Amino acid sequence: MATQSNLAHQDDPKPGRRDFLYIAAGAVGAVGVAGVTWPLINQLNPDASVLALASIEFDLSGIEVGQSVTIKWRGLPVFVRNRTPEEIAEAKAVPMSDLKDPATDEQRTKPGHEQWLIMIANCTHLGCIPVGDSGDYNGWACPCHGSQFDTAGRIRKGPAPTNLVLPPYEFISDTLVKIG
Amino acid sequence: MAHESSYVPGNVVEKWIDDRLPIIRWSKEHLMDYPTPKNLNYWWTFGAILAFMLGVQIVTGIILAMHYTPHVSLAFDSVEHIRRDVNGGRIIQAVHATGASMFFAAVYIHMFRGLYFGSYKAPREILWILGVLLFVLMVTTAFMGYVLPWGQMSFWAATVITNILGAIPVLGTPILELLRGGFAVDNATLNRFFSLHYLLPFIIAAVVALHIWALHVPGNNNPIGVEVKSSRETVPFHPYYTMKDLFAIIVFCIPFAWFVFFAPDILGHPDNYIMANSQVTPAHIVPEWYFLPFYAILRAIDFNILFIDSKLGGVIFFAGAILVLFFVPWLDTSKVRSGTFRPVFKWFYWLFVANFVFLTWLGSAPAEGIYVLLSKIATAYYFIYFIIVLPLLGRFETPRPLPTSITESVLAKHKAPAAAQPVAASTSH
Repeated sequence: MATQSNLAHQDDPKPGRRDFLYIAAGAVGAVGVAGVTWPLINQLNPDASVLALASIEFDLSGIEVGQSVTIKWRGLPVFVRNRTPEEIAEAKAVPMSDLKDPATDEQRTKPGHEQWLIMIANCTHLGCIPVGDSGDYNGWACPCHGSQFDTAGRIRKGPAPTNLVLPPYEFISDTLVKIG
Repeated sequence: MAHESSYVPGNVVEKWIDDRLPIIRWSKEHLMDYPTPKNLNYWWTFGAILAFMLGVQIVTGIILAMHYTPHVSLAFDSVEHIRRDVNGGRIIQAVHATGASMFFAAVYIHMFRGLYFGSYKAPREILWILGVLLFVLMVTTAFMGYVLPWGQMSFWAATVITNILGAIPVLGTPILELLRGGFAVDNATLNRFFSLHYLLPFIIAAVVALHIWALHVPGNNNPIGVEVKSSRETVPFHPYYTMKDLFAIIVFCIPFAWFVFFAPDILGHPDNYIMANSQVTPAHIVPEWYFLPFYAILRAIDFNILFIDSKLGGVIFFAGAILVLFFVPWLDTSKVRSGTFRPVFKWFYWLFVANFVFLTWLGSAPAEGIYVLLSKIATAYYFIYFIIVLPLLGRFETPRPLPTSITESVLAKHKAPAAAQPVAASTSH
């Protein structure tokens, strides 16, 4: 049967009802295949248990001035640093023209809580964790490919394209912060 | 290289099978009688060595999977359990781990053989492209396998390499989360890498079958690069090359065995004996030696190119270093296959080989000071060789006269060794 209709198709140069049916059936088939394929790919995306960890609360009262801790949020390490007045002054003194990814110190912190620097600890280059209190800018230096960040976590040197990323967060009280 | 099948079923059972599924006929044609040029040198044994290594990795890998647990809290200990408790596990694990290195050593030699003798030129372009595809599959498989022991190097290799995809504009982050199954490399990532690491070797085996099919249509290239002219210039694959390949495999197993029995960890990194910790990156992370040249290229791009930032630029060059290989059959414009008869090509070729080794060394050096500049120079030559040297050389180089046939070159070599210097040189490379 298929052979017969193929022959008929070749003899007739004008597109007919048969061609329309072929294309329509093929199109429906393609949509069906795509519909089945999507869940097979989508299962790779972050699952409900991973998404459920999307928001945490963290108590800042135990962190001394000049101390830095690393906590975990959505599986990612997050730096929480209680900056010294010198570090804040140093970050504020940097002219915007020196920055690869310009951002003021005010934009990097929350008003009234500017001693607290909270940022995702993965280097924006390829995701290694920079070492604190090091580098030429008294901030962080990445051991993998040599990126250096200042006391506001801004990129100053090396291959990283942007500043260390700030997670969404808000202060619930002076000592309690909600990340996510 | 089409040839008449000489198979005659020996008895009624063979005849019965042959009428229904001519698998014995097929095997005799392709595994035994396949006409092979008689002048192949030892560089041509690496195909068989690679097939052997694929078998070794699949067998040891299936065994390791019987004792391994793909979970973030158990994976590291399960590998130690294999090495300490499982009967013979210490050796089986070492064969698999060092086997990856031996596999890559063999594939690099195999590829450089092809680049020197022009094995990618018409009519063998598809054979070459399938080979490059196999290399890409090997790289992917090896990377995922390296993540499974879940040590510090495993974890940070997974983080850094998956982050490469994050450099893709707009779609980078969604693709990254899809690949990792989370916001960071975690249990979901480990599980899927285990699944894919088990799958990919069988995909490789299937592509190897296509690679050999694509080889058996035009037949082997050979050291002088002149096509076979008559059946007198070939010998049957079995026993001539089965035995030669077997001998080469045995010799290849000597260093392999040395690694397995005496230095199973010499190619690894001590940091991988620390369990994965997402909060601390080791001070000096480097990939396995076989990825170092490409890692050096990735790091060499630390500057913005127009609107492309340094991160994306590094990724483009990293991918380009492998993708350019797909186009070599059309980039090399010379009609002469074998490098033996190309006096100028030889210089650029050996400089390319030295440059590749140099890139390997640079990839292991820290990304600072003079190494950064040297990496840029070496990366530049890597691409210049393919994109500028190979296309131009075909136009400007005067090749030496080719022998008219394999027979002529073989006889010349035996009759007058002094007069046959060009041909003798070909086997010494």
